[in-house]
Amino acid sequence: MTKKNLVVIGNGMVGHKFLQCLIDKGATDDWNVITFCEEPRVAYDRVNLSGFFSGKTAGDLSLVEPGLYHENKIQIHIGDKVDRIDRKTKTITSTNGLTIPYDKAVIATGSYPFVPPIKGKDLEGTFVYRTIEDLEGMSAYAKQSKIGVVVGGGLLGLECANALKNMGLETHVVEFAPRLMPVQVDEVGGDVLKEQIESLGVKVHVNKSTIAIVNEDGQIEGGKVHTMRFADGTELHTDMIVFSAGIRPRDELAKDCGLAVGERGGIIINPACQTSDPDIQAIGECALYENRIYGLVAPGYTMATVAADHLCEPESNQFQGADMSTKLKLLGVDVASFGDAFARTDGSREIAIKDTVKGTYKKLVVNASGSQLLGGILVGDASAYGNLVQLVQNAIVLPPHPEDLLMPPREGGSSFSMGVESLPESAQICSCNNVTKGQICTAIQEQNLLDIGAVKKCTTAGTGCGGCVPLVTDLLKAELKAAGIEVKKDICEHFAYSRQELYSLIRTHQIKTFDELLDRHGKGKGCEICKPAVGSILASAWNDYVLTPSHAGLQDTNDAFLANIQKDGTYSVIPRIPGGEITPAMLIVIGEVARDFALYTKITGAQRIDLLGARVDQLPLIWKRLVDAGFESGHAYGKALRTVKSCVGSTWCRFGVQDSTSLAIAVELRYRGLRAPHKLKSAVSGCTRECAEAQGKDFGIIATEKGWNLYVCGNGGIRPQHAQLIAEDLDQETLIRYIDRFLMFYIRTANRLERTATWLNKLEGGLDYLKQVIIEDSLGICAELEAEMAYHVGTYACEWKTTIEDPEKLQRFNHFVNVDEPDPSLMRVEERGQTRPPYEHERQVVAR
Amino acid sequence: MIQITSLPIVPETPVTSTQWQTVCALTRIIPNTGVCALVNDEQVAIFRIGNEVFAIENYDPFSKAYVLSRGIVGDRQGIPKVASPIYKQTFNLITGDCFEDETVKVKVFPVQVVDGQVQVGISG
Repeated sequence: MTKKNLVVIGNGMVGHKFLQCLIDKGATDDWNVITFCEEPRVAYDRVNLSGFFSGKTAGDLSLVEPGLYHENKIQIHIGDKVDRIDRKTKTITSTNGLTIPYDKAVIATGSYPFVPPIKGKDLEGTFVYRTIEDLEGMSAYAKQSKIGVVVGGGLLGLECANALKNMGLETHVVEFAPRLMPVQVDEVGGDVLKEQIESLGVKVHVNKSTIAIVNEDGQIEGGKVHTMRFADGTELHTDMIVFSAGIRPRDELAKDCGLAVGERGGIIINPACQTSDPDIQAIGECALYENRIYGLVAPGYTMATVAADHLCEPESNQFQGADMSTKLKLLGVDVASFGDAFARTDGSREIAIKDTVKGTYKKLVVNASGSQLLGGILVGDASAYGNLVQLVQNAIVLPPHPEDLLMPPREGGSSFSMGVESLPESAQICSCNNVTKGQICTAIQEQNLLDIGAVKKCTTAGTGCGGCVPLVTDLLKAELKAAGIEVKKDICEHFAYSRQELYSLIRTHQIKTFDELLDRHGKGKGCEICKPAVGSILASAWNDYVLTPSHAGLQDTNDAFLANIQKDGTYSVIPRIPGGEITPAMLIVIGEVARDFALYTKITGAQRIDLLGARVDQLPLIWKRLVDAGFESGHAYGKALRTVKSCVGSTWCRFGVQDSTSLAIAVELRYRGLRAPHKLKSAVSGCTRECAEAQGKDFGIIATEKGWNLYVCGNGGIRPQHAQLIAEDLDQETLIRYIDRFLMFYIRTANRLERTATWLNKLEGGLDYLKQVIIEDSLGICAELEAEMAYHVGTYACEWKTTIEDPEKLQRFNHFVNVDEPDPSLMRVEERGQTRPPYEHERQVVAR
Repeated sequence: MIQITSLPIVPETPVTSTQWQTVCALTRIIPNTGVCALVNDEQVAIFRIGNEVFAIENYDPFSKAYVLSRGIVGDRQGIPKVASPIYKQTFNLITGDCFEDETVKVKVFPVQVVDGQVQVGISG
């Protein structure tokens, strides 16, 4: 039997979901699947498009695993578009001239952004926001712009405002309705949202009807966008405009071939997602079901699943409309809307709390007797969303005081939540991918899943908007507990403890050496995993000299020789240059030392100077010179505070608002020598231009007119991540106090070799939780953390100074224990006036 | 006070007529660390774990640098080992076998402590 042809028109999120469903069902064996993708790349995550500006690449956003289509024999035509469906001959024709017969066709063409018919809408500098190409166009244009306006204050408009803000533009949102997100939130919610968004520096204009967009000369044709004119007579100057005033279904293919479409557009479908021609289905934003277009991804995914089911087994599944509940983080502000959010049910009542101090608004809609939750709106804090939606969907009877659902847990108590155990097996946990509690639990049990990553991968739960991840985590914990599985976190075979547990044992029992810890809590002799980890904890906790005999054997070679080992076994030397500030005289000392010891010299990325190629026997001699001149160890070799980078700040710079250099020096001197689970980097910028790149550091400080903003948990390196703002406009004393707490809390709780960014990503409760701990002192440990830091600061000593003053310690710095000679295997070649180790192919030439 | 006794380590291939060269006092080696000695023109890494000493060549076949003496010592299921300080491969101190790559092996030397002095054996 020859296979039938299935043509899928469109490879957006929903089109891809449909193909994925076919693959999962094994249906690609029964059909020749041919798909058309108009954009130059396969399906990607349009919902998180603004993530493109927080460092995500087109590759990160892609939804299609490389090779997936090929392996499943799906033919994809990228950059080609279906222009015509001929229902008589049952063929489609593409822009590139392909004509392909179909037995079944699926239209997943999505929607296009609606651009209101405003005069001047075609001037240079106007954009829409839907594809990566749109974003690239905006991004290129933003480079020559200072101000950007988004027309439309709905969900997409605010996403788009985030993109403009991330491009560094002064950002405005212009909304025709009297409030933001009119579809999802009510008037009060809209007000709170507006305040929150304005506090983030985005200007919001509601009740504004744009009548014209004009160029510099006041004309609506030719030239660039310059001014927007509104119906109320006001004007707004801007360099670029992005229209995000809603979407319209792309139904032209359907119209042209005579399929039934709605009055205001949209391809009419039945519950099997069939159009008026049973051989053609339509799914996603181009489809109209019961006179409604579903402009969210979750209903689109449901349609894709239904369509695939129907294709394989007619009438096996039906689309019955979809829940429009949604939870989003827009410009960093949580917004959620679910169920009957506007209390349209007869007799329904509302309970609402507006907290203008915290900037939150929470509203519940309950039935007349107050026994059932019907819907609600959350702005500013949507952490309760997962729980509340479950209450609505499963019609769970509410506690006697439903208002308690809106209150945060009181000291010592816990807020009402129904707990995952009480949910029925059929409860839908992940609404994006339609995964039920039963499916998740079965997967955990049958496939022995032990961590949230595995659960996400196996069940796809939590891989859409991510709103259900806390619930999925709770389910996993409950399942593991029920199965009596303890999650193993042992650091290595010698200790049945995690790093955090070892830290706490060492602190609580005042353990001062590795041998003592091994005797009391471990077995064997230790290894290269546990020894440096314990060495680091001991250093964090007691700040003893790392080369005392009891600690020396614990240190990685970098710490053991207080220098960074290079590929040939020589070391690099990096003296501390606090804040990157150095006097000419000190600079000359470094130059002289480098010259005298023939060290290869390079400026590091952290405003310091690296002297490479020092033999182990030269290290003390080099450091003698440096220490005598007043230098200290830069700890470039340690999992410790490295550098606090700075710009020149208000001292020199005409834009600087605070003295960033002085602060950087003070911060570096305070935390120098602090050993941590991984290296720590910091920076201080003197103004919002951020020349010191503080937002790429473990903790970064940016000057404001009123003080300092503190950012935490960023890093460059293998997986760059921006630091997040944790507190604003701090005075210096408070700033230091928060950093003390932050660093000590990280040292207490992070895993071995876990940088702050990863640590935060794994921290349950994330940044909000971190704020509670180090700013609100929710665990009551801040005094302890500060005392621990004070101890560190008080006991700091330069390790190199201690070392060169002790002749016994210096004995270790010989290559041979029995001969006073350097390593005879070392070789050097010259390059650009300096020396370096030879590459393998040069080695033999040099040896001769 | 630890009583150091003589503990010769016999390598896999027995050495005929071993000559012993004294390299240093045992006290020169901080417990649970290593040193490097030049013996018969060869670089030998000598480790002290508790009361025992072990000797292997100092050459790290992975990085091609003479650095093994600066690695961290420990054990794997009771077998003494050292980790290369460059790329962290670990070597069995008794046999010289690399734990991560069975095709790689480093040379093992006989070593003993006599009267508090560390001696390395040279095959005759």
